[in-house]
Amino acid sequence: MREFTDLTASRRAFLGLAAGGIAMAAGAGAVQARPVRTNARILILGAGAGGAAIANRLLSRLDGAEITILDGRSQHWYQPGFTLIAAGLRGANYAVSGTGDWLPRGVNWINEYAAGIDPESNSVTTTGGQRLEYDYLIVATGLTLDWEAIEGFDLSLAGPDTGISAHYAGPDYAEASWRALDKFTDAGGVGLFGRPATEMKCAGAPVKICLLAEDIATTKGNRDRCEFVYNAQAPNLFGVPVIHHRVRQIMDERDITYRYSHVLKAIDPGAKTATYATPEGDVTDSWDFINVVPPQRAPQAVRESGLAWADRWTDQGWIEVDMQTLRHARYPNVFGIGDINGVPKGKTAASVKFHLPVVEDHLVSEIAGREGTRMYDGYTSCPLITRVGRAMLVEFDYQDNLTPSFPGVIAPLEELWISWLMKEVALKATYNAMLRGRA
Amino acid sequence: MEEFSLLTMIAVFEEMFGIALFWIMVSVAVVITAAWVFVLVRDRSLSFRKYLVAQLSMPFGAVAAVWFVLWITNSGLADIGGPIDWLVLLGVAALGAVGLGILVYVVQSLMRGRQSEV
Repeated sequence: MREFTDLTASRRAFLGLAAGGIAMAAGAGAVQARPVRTNARILILGAGAGGAAIANRLLSRLDGAEITILDGRSQHWYQPGFTLIAAGLRGANYAVSGTGDWLPRGVNWINEYAAGIDPESNSVTTTGGQRLEYDYLIVATGLTLDWEAIEGFDLSLAGPDTGISAHYAGPDYAEASWRALDKFTDAGGVGLFGRPATEMKCAGAPVKICLLAEDIATTKGNRDRCEFVYNAQAPNLFGVPVIHHRVRQIMDERDITYRYSHVLKAIDPGAKTATYATPEGDVTDSWDFINVVPPQRAPQAVRESGLAWADRWTDQGWIEVDMQTLRHARYPNVFGIGDINGVPKGKTAASVKFHLPVVEDHLVSEIAGREGTRMYDGYTSCPLITRVGRAMLVEFDYQDNLTPSFPGVIAPLEELWISWLMKEVALKATYNAMLRGRA
Repeated sequence: MEEFSLLTMIAVFEEMFGIALFWIMVSVAVVITAAWVFVLVRDRSLSFRKYLVAQLSMPFGAVAAVWFVLWITNSGLADIGGPIDWLVLLGVAALGAVGLGILVYVVQSLMRGRQSEV
């Protein structure tokens, strides 16, 4: 039998290869600076994506800091998974874990909410009546969903009996929303979609659920029995012009009706009608299925704290932070992470990932007696699912520039399987790693 | 991506599969690869017959890997969009093919032991 003697390996070559691999692995990691010694009291409001992640990061950067995190919710929700649950691709449990699972030892978690915040006296009062004083405050409360602003709506209505979908409300509601969508795409009729006029988390999600619904109806062979209407709150389908045009093109190709400047203000679940405020006056439409996304605002304690902008988003209450350093404009010992920040873009988990190193840098630098240097450029990302199996990985910044992570490799405005893979497989793992302060 | 490093990749994979399963998978891959190199060093040659059988197994590895990835991601071949999708799919197929090929070669070598071939 012939033998390939020229492929003969040697023990020395094998060992050399192994040594090289180990050296590469060791060199590829980020160099971790020595922890900064401090006895600063750091209070974090909210143990969601931003709060849990910054707690983990600060614990490894600071030695001796007293870190307290305040959050009354015992469950942690992986919110980017809600769309997948509402499209029947995952069960409710996919998005649920325990708040305590993500918090490191050495951080004091108080299972209550903030009832009052006083940045003048550097103190916070909890819903349980405790008074907490801080040297540094990190506001990472997230936002509240103002369901009551939709007249006639009640969360208990969500589900297949009414045809009401409310997947923003939580994992269980997202699952009930899937049952409503499943029934609608079986039976046919008119499906209404849209978004609120306020700032909102994941502004792409209402578009995603609309496109997914159309795809599910097509896959079931029932597309000709279903009508899809997307109601945009503004004269565009997406705030970034280039993405707006791409979404409009996809909706045209798939025969999805879209209407501009239509803001949902009331629904009548009995008559199955929805009323929209438009520049020409109110418009009332019938539906068989409706996806409701309510107006979104800062939690009441934040709105009443004096931290909010006085002249911008006055009905919403986002905090007045510098858009690049995420440090409060009037209270320099206060920082913001995530949805609560009053910045022009980025109420997404991807934005949180980019807020974290900036806040960490400025806070740790201040404690160390230096000036922080890292800046946030408004980066946010949206794996904009266009059908089951394809998505567009759109990423952009404050300037509405596209900022692809893989330029020349993953085209941001192309419907790709690899972008779907990222959403389906890699995103939750990356999110979890971020929560542990490792990504 | 911000702060993208090998350690970040490892953290993401640990979250994806769980720490235990991820490192078991890595260990299995390392053991099989090391065993392959070991038999090459031990035999001081690449056996054409074992290599041929290993090659015959490779298409099965390729198909199995592609099928597995499509299955766990709720997608199908119709979802393949641009060139990068084809490259990723080919990459998955190549990994499956090479992985199974090496495994088959190693199993043959270890089962038969060191022997002179006819």
